[in-house]
Amino acid sequence: MLCYEKKKNALTVRLSGELDHSVVTAIRGELDSLIAQTGAKKLILDLKGLEFMDSSGIGLIIGRYKVMSRRGGSVAVSGTDARIDQLFRMAGIYQLVERLA
Amino acid sequence: MSVINEMRLDFEALPENEAFARLVISGFMLPLDPTMEEMADVKTAVSEAVTNAIVHGYGGGTGFVRLSASYDAAGEMQIRVVDHGRGIDDVARARQPFFTTSPGDDRSGMGFTVMESFMDGLDVESAPGRGTTVCMTKRIRLRDDAVPQRA
Repeated sequence: MLCYEKKKNALTVRLSGELDHSVVTAIRGELDSLIAQTGAKKLILDLKGLEFMDSSGIGLIIGRYKVMSRRGGSVAVSGTDARIDQLFRMAGIYQLVERLA
Repeated sequence: MSVINEMRLDFEALPENEAFARLVISGFMLPLDPTMEEMADVKTAVSEAVTNAIVHGYGGGTGFVRLSASYDAAGEMQIRVVDHGRGIDDVARARQPFFTTSPGDDRSGMGFTVMESFMDGLDVESAPGRGTTVCMTKRIRLRDDAVPQRA
């Protein structure tokens, strides 16, 4: 179960623990049903609680960017540490997704 | 320089073993007293290689993945991830950023790029039907008092 909060049109979801291939399918399913249920126009992923992330996280973000784009919405990330930043820059994520402080 | 410590581990190609492989490699490199950053580099690269073996090598089928590693007194680590799965047709193409064989599946295609960026050396040997061997090198900067010695 993901921790989330909806304010106006923005859905904020906090991810925690380790984000790798073994958990990404479940997280993707939960995120997509939250997006559908809440009808949010903006998805904010708070990554502060993540202890580990590999390129599975990049795939998750790009996939959610596609989902939100199809709905006319957008994605933002917050709480990224230096390592996650490095991974996201490598993949050009910040051309698609806003980075919040 | 000669190897002063070595390990080998065979585990089933199951997603839950990705975290296990990361834990093992972190524990193995501890005597080198790595920084958090060096440890995270190695953990991430191993995670990518092991995930590739499970997802692409065996594609959900059964088989074993071997993780082996060694280091020398200068702090140079050699890490190998081997599977006996379906192999890669075109290694050069597979190593391109964003290349993925399963685009609908939210795979980023960044696995080899991440390994290459976080490690000091990456070599991939593969042939269709003959499995894949990923060899990675990482130089851990040794602090003065942390030089591991074999008696």
